[in-house]
Amino acid sequence: MCHHTTPRFTGLARRVLMLLAGFALAGCQALTTAPDSETNSNTEPTLYQQLGERAGLAQIVEDLLYLIVDDERINHQFKGVNVAEFHRHLTDQLCQLSGGPCTYSGRSMRKAHADMAITETQFNALAENLILAMEQNGIGTGAQNRLLKRLIPMHPDIRNL
Amino acid sequence: MTHRLLILATLFALACPPASAAIGSRIWATGGVSTIEGSAGGGLVPWALLGSYASDEEWGGTLALSQAETDDYSLSVTGAGVNWNNRIELTVARQTLDLDELVFSLKDGFGLEQDELNQDIIGAKVRLAGDVLYSPWGQWSAGVQYKRQRDFTVPDAIGARDDSGTDLLLSASKLIFAAVFDRNLLVNATARATKANQGGLLGFGGDRNNGYEVMAEASVGVFVNRQWLVGAEYRQKPDNLSFANEDDWWDLFVAWVPDRRLAVTAALVNLGDVATLDDQQGLYLSLQGSF
Ligand code: HEM
Repeated sequence: MCHHTTPRFTGLARRVLMLLAGFALAGCQALTTAPDSETNSNTEPTLYQQLGERAGLAQIVEDLLYLIVDDERINHQFKGVNVAEFHRHLTDQLCQLSGGPCTYSGRSMRKAHADMAITETQFNALAENLILAMEQNGIGTGAQNRLLKRLIPMHPDIRNL
Repeated sequence: MTHRLLILATLFALACPPASAAIGSRIWATGGVSTIEGSAGGGLVPWALLGSYASDEEWGGTLALSQAETDDYSLSVTGAGVNWNNRIELTVARQTLDLDELVFSLKDGFGLEQDELNQDIIGAKVRLAGDVLYSPWGQWSAGVQYKRQRDFTVPDAIGARDDSGTDLLLSASKLIFAAVFDRNLLVNATARATKANQGGLLGFGGDRNNGYEVMAEASVGVFVNRQWLVGAEYRQKPDNLSFANEDDWWDLFVAWVPDRRLAVTAALVNLGDVATLDDQQGLYLSLQGSF
């Protein structure tokens, strides 16, 4: 578990920096609120934005993982997976799929799930948990549906049909 | 976040062996509700969906109570169904039609003293192929409904030929994700070969026509969110009896599915002319429990 230490501190440092930058920007924003909110209302948020960008998706995936752990229909399938890597790959995948600036670097869906004999029951369970995770993060019905629409074509690969 | 992922990793390591879920795993509302004939669908039109929430490794069941009140009739239905592996659905339903207004014309015209019609329906539906959510070509099912009058006196008197009959059904259903205003759209089409008069409540076959005819039925619904579905249904009908014209049925419905255990359906139904009484419109309410 030692190799986790380095990214942890780098991540933390980056977060602190981002927080500081955020405060700095917030200060400026207070002076220039009007033009900023104008640009926001003029452009339709993209699906990626509606999902809270990469940080929002990372939270959704984390909540999804908690739901999976508690879900006796599917948690046995996930026994022994590298959680950090799975989290990063799934987040990148959803980010890329929703039009965000990420590159998914994991395996193809068919390869990744090839030996799991995933049943329809298990696929449904995971889909349910994803929907619940999005709900927990306040994602609207429309954005949920648009993401699901892009995920559904993966069904035959994941179920190895 | 990393330490939380570590906790997660530990939880995964401790993950329990699989156990069957208490209630089925299909996504909310994908079992439809119970139609007046017991089969899964909307209110009047069966869909290709199978009732309950059983997925491919599960059993499921439903119980339903429904009531339709039109201008001159009231219909009560009690139904139950089981679903094995989201492959086969078996259903039973008992319909009771209170004749209210028709009692008088039956008495005057035919000398019959009868104030209700009763019918039992046993149904079976098989999912042939596909899944309503996951298959690009949707879900396809074939079904039969065997219907039997409990008392044939009235249908016999008005010209029906048989006190029992079997409907054959072929249905397709498809959910289109983010189709209208990013809402999911459910479309269903059913072809029914039937001889039934008013769904069988007025018997089967008649003096005007005594053969099977293929009727078209369809419905569309929009999921406002995963708990609310609003839509419309249309059901074409045969016209076998010269005693009275039979009209097509349609309805506008709203279904509320707060969770997998309960579904509540309300509809405005229009049954057209029924057994000489004009323009039967009214309200339909149905409660369904799933387990
Ligand atoms: C829409 C549905 C799904 C999506 C989008 C999805 C996506 C992914 C992604 C992106 C990975 C990472 C692959 C890699 O790191 O190379 C992955 C791995 C995995 N998936 Fe899925 N998945 C889905 C459904 C399922 C289901 C239903 C199960 C089982 C119940 C499942 C079990 C797993 C497991 C156990 C891994 C880890 C594989 C490993 O590390 O060897 N997935 N999935």
